[in-house]
Amino acid sequence: MDILYKIFIDPFVQMGTAPDLLVQTLWDGLVAGVLYALIALGFVLIFKASGVFNFAQGIMVVFAALTLVGLHEHGVPAFVALGLTVLVMLVLAVGVERLMLRPLVNQSSIILFMATFGLTYFLIGAGQIVFGGSPKVMIASDLFLPSGAIEFKGLGGFVSLQKIDIAAVIIASVMVGVLAVFFQRTRIGRALRAVADSHQAALSVGISLEQIWVIVWFAAGVVAIATGILWGARSEVSFALQIIALKALPVLVLGGLTSIPGAIVGGLIIGIGEKLGEFYWGPLLGGGIENWLAYVIALGVLVFRPQGLFGEKIIERI
Amino acid sequence: MLYREVGQYKTSYAADMAIFPILQDRIGLAAILLIAFVVIPLVGHDFLLNTVMIPFLIFTLAAIGLNLLTGYTGLLSLGTGGFMGVGAYACLKLTTIFPHVNIVIWVLASGLFSAAVGVLFGLPSLRIKGFYLAVATLAAQFFLEWCFIRIPWLYNYSVSGAIEVPLRTLMGIPVTGPTATSLTRYLIVLSIVVVMTWVASNLVHGRIGRTWMAVRDMDLAAELVGIRLLRAKLLAFAVSSFYCGVAGAMMVFLWYGGAEAEVFAIDQSFLVLFMVIIGGLGTLTGSFFGAALIYILPIVLREIPAALGLPVHPSTVEQLTFVIVGVLIIVFLALEPNGLARLWQIGKQKLRVWPFPY
Amino acid sequence: MRAPSSREVRLGEALLAVENVSLAFGGVRALTDVSFDIRKGEIRAIIGPNGAGKTSMLNVINGFYPPNTGRITFKGEARTTMRPYAAALGGIARTFQNLALFRGMTTLDNIMAGRALKMHRGFFWQLIRHGPALREEVEHRRRVEEIIDFLEIAAIRKVQVGRLPYGLQKRVELGRALAMEPDLLLLDEPMAGMNLEEKEDMSRFILDVNQQYGTTIALIEHDMGVVMDLSDRVVVLDYGRKIADATPDEVKCDKNVIRAYLGEPHGISA
Repeated sequence: MDILYKIFIDPFVQMGTAPDLLVQTLWDGLVAGVLYALIALGFVLIFKASGVFNFAQGIMVVFAALTLVGLHEHGVPAFVALGLTVLVMLVLAVGVERLMLRPLVNQSSIILFMATFGLTYFLIGAGQIVFGGSPKVMIASDLFLPSGAIEFKGLGGFVSLQKIDIAAVIIASVMVGVLAVFFQRTRIGRALRAVADSHQAALSVGISLEQIWVIVWFAAGVVAIATGILWGARSEVSFALQIIALKALPVLVLGGLTSIPGAIVGGLIIGIGEKLGEFYWGPLLGGGIENWLAYVIALGVLVFRPQGLFGEKIIERI
Repeated sequence: MLYREVGQYKTSYAADMAIFPILQDRIGLAAILLIAFVVIPLVGHDFLLNTVMIPFLIFTLAAIGLNLLTGYTGLLSLGTGGFMGVGAYACLKLTTIFPHVNIVIWVLASGLFSAAVGVLFGLPSLRIKGFYLAVATLAAQFFLEWCFIRIPWLYNYSVSGAIEVPLRTLMGIPVTGPTATSLTRYLIVLSIVVVMTWVASNLVHGRIGRTWMAVRDMDLAAELVGIRLLRAKLLAFAVSSFYCGVAGAMMVFLWYGGAEAEVFAIDQSFLVLFMVIIGGLGTLTGSFFGAALIYILPIVLREIPAALGLPVHPSTVEQLTFVIVGVLIIVFLALEPNGLARLWQIGKQKLRVWPFPY
Repeated sequence: MRAPSSREVRLGEALLAVENVSLAFGGVRALTDVSFDIRKGEIRAIIGPNGAGKTSMLNVINGFYPPNTGRITFKGEARTTMRPYAAALGGIARTFQNLALFRGMTTLDNIMAGRALKMHRGFFWQLIRHGPALREEVEHRRRVEEIIDFLEIAAIRKVQVGRLPYGLQKRVELGRALAMEPDLLLLDEPMAGMNLEEKEDMSRFILDVNQQYGTTIALIEHDMGVVMDLSDRVVVLDYGRKIADATPDEVKCDKNVIRAYLGEPHGISA
């Protein structure tokens, strides 16, 4: 009975008696969720337009952040370094299209998925050779990102919001909005969606696959830069960050691979869910459950809705 | 001796269905076994046995396990590390609770525990496919990793949180623990791997192998010829996890002699997956090639410059390995999805028609 | 051409009866209130213009789609929903319009896979692949080799089917279905995309299967010449409805059928 009480009653009692902690946890979850959503967005972009599930998105985030910091370390002014990093991501996109996607065109999606593992390993190795393996500090203040915290009193205590987190939420929301409009409203956006539906059909109406792939990989690269800056400013820039790519997988599964709103909602569910779970239920299990809670939530959703919460129903034809 | 099959007629279906129908292949296999069981133990020193052969064989077994699931049945798993861990921890618990039972029996029995866990996490595979399933296996990976760290009972409450392999003997000879010689451990690992490879080859060449490949190639059609999808997939998960579990148990008991939970982290899953991809999806020989390439590559990168008097920093070796492995994966997937095993076959085919080009 | 009346004698009772079956995907109606039967030993053709619901009909029969309404009686047992596995167990085999072969496997393995339901040696015998498991394998290999000889594909026995030309793949697929020794064989456009010679071969195989093994066959085909020559009775579907059900000769003269094929606009009724 005691354990049941601890699982089903006690956490809610705590939520009620210390609402400030609840709000703080919710806020932390929200921020984490927004950042998950941003990574998931990078996945969705590439998946929608090329059918490739790009496992390397996480390492692209690290790679982008390292390039930025690395250039700045060599005396390049912050905003010039940012511009150069954008250029590096463009080169990466062209390289990926030429050297990886083109030889693999018309392969099954699972083969393409595994090829991005190869890309991940390549970028990890190459990144460490170029930038070294030690963690670096994000140049947040040089990019005019705020630091410090705002504290709200009330709710029987206080809630502390990091300014960088607020900035992260705003920047992420703007990027998501811009990309959503881009996909839905512009000509290139519609071409991207056509490519996602069928490579061959897109070719036959005169859409250049090569260009489209470069565009989406570049767009995903830009999203990776933003993610890298924001995430890096909250902790530090290191190769350990690539683990967040693995976190984005359950987000995608929840949201459905092709849905931008899905990526956002999925990110929020996972972010808030794992923070609440860790804070209120984690101690019961010895802590650390946020490492797997997201996957188990995603697994549960998958069993009942194999296409995710927002994905289109899969009709199998034969 | 020429590699020709001319004049080797098959007079029964059983002979035609043999796994090595060509005489020269059978001779080659016998030669390899002879080298492995007799020559290497005679000439091998600790470095060759302990640093090259034992880990190579163990990784081969894990790669065969994953290949049964991913290469033959088409189900991508990223939980290999976790399933290997289940084997290792199960073996520790078994030999702690029943210390007088032969350790080799427990190494094999621990595979059963991984098989059970594999089946449990394989259950969603009926409804989900492709990378969705990969995410489901990630759930297994992270959950199991967490268990290895957070449940002290699993590692016998040792202060370090690591598995400490106890001394166990077989007919008076130490097999595990610090006093076991690398030769003893090598021979045990080799015997287990040889027998389990033979069994795997029996499975994939018979009814069950066809069932798996049918599920991989077109699951809907497989159901229409009367294959029960869930049963076939769960069997693949069970057998695959069994192999991984035994590999994990051997890794800790017969190679490392002790291990922390991070040995079974997601990196291990990827390493084994890369062996399968580079060796060749859906070939057992490929698993040997893949394990050899991926495991031995860093050793070569480290040892050859060192021998030439140009010692390379260990972290550079690691980084170079990452780059090379990454490139190899893309190259193999793009040019030869059947991996090194296919290159081997092409080589044999060339030899067969030699000296003519066709 | 055979006289239909002489074959009428050989035809038994209904093997399969479709009653009032309707099927819709979202708002799209694929089948509306279709009823017909297939009698033991006959070759039953299902024809109709593109999009008439022919393939959907086969998919309903072998359990791939559950019908929204109506029921299907097979071997005297009525059912509304069934998994494809159960259909296979009951003796329904099938080939596909766009081929559904196991592309990574050899011809031999594909056809051997068709014996899945007939092989019973358990897991532990499979592990050692000697004794009973090997005997069973050899026994079924013998049966499969008969099918390979019958379909004249001995030369490609050990070729991966993904590398075979289309016409041969169709034959391998038929071989796989035959390996199941079905009571009812569903063929979805077995001759699509074939040249005249290949069509003649395939027609011969279909007739031989029907006559030698007494297998009941339901067949979708666009080539009217083939349909007229092979089939005993014909069902005509158009826009998911049955518009005719008779012998080939009668169907040929049916004015609804002619109108459906000549594409007269719908809504103008005679």
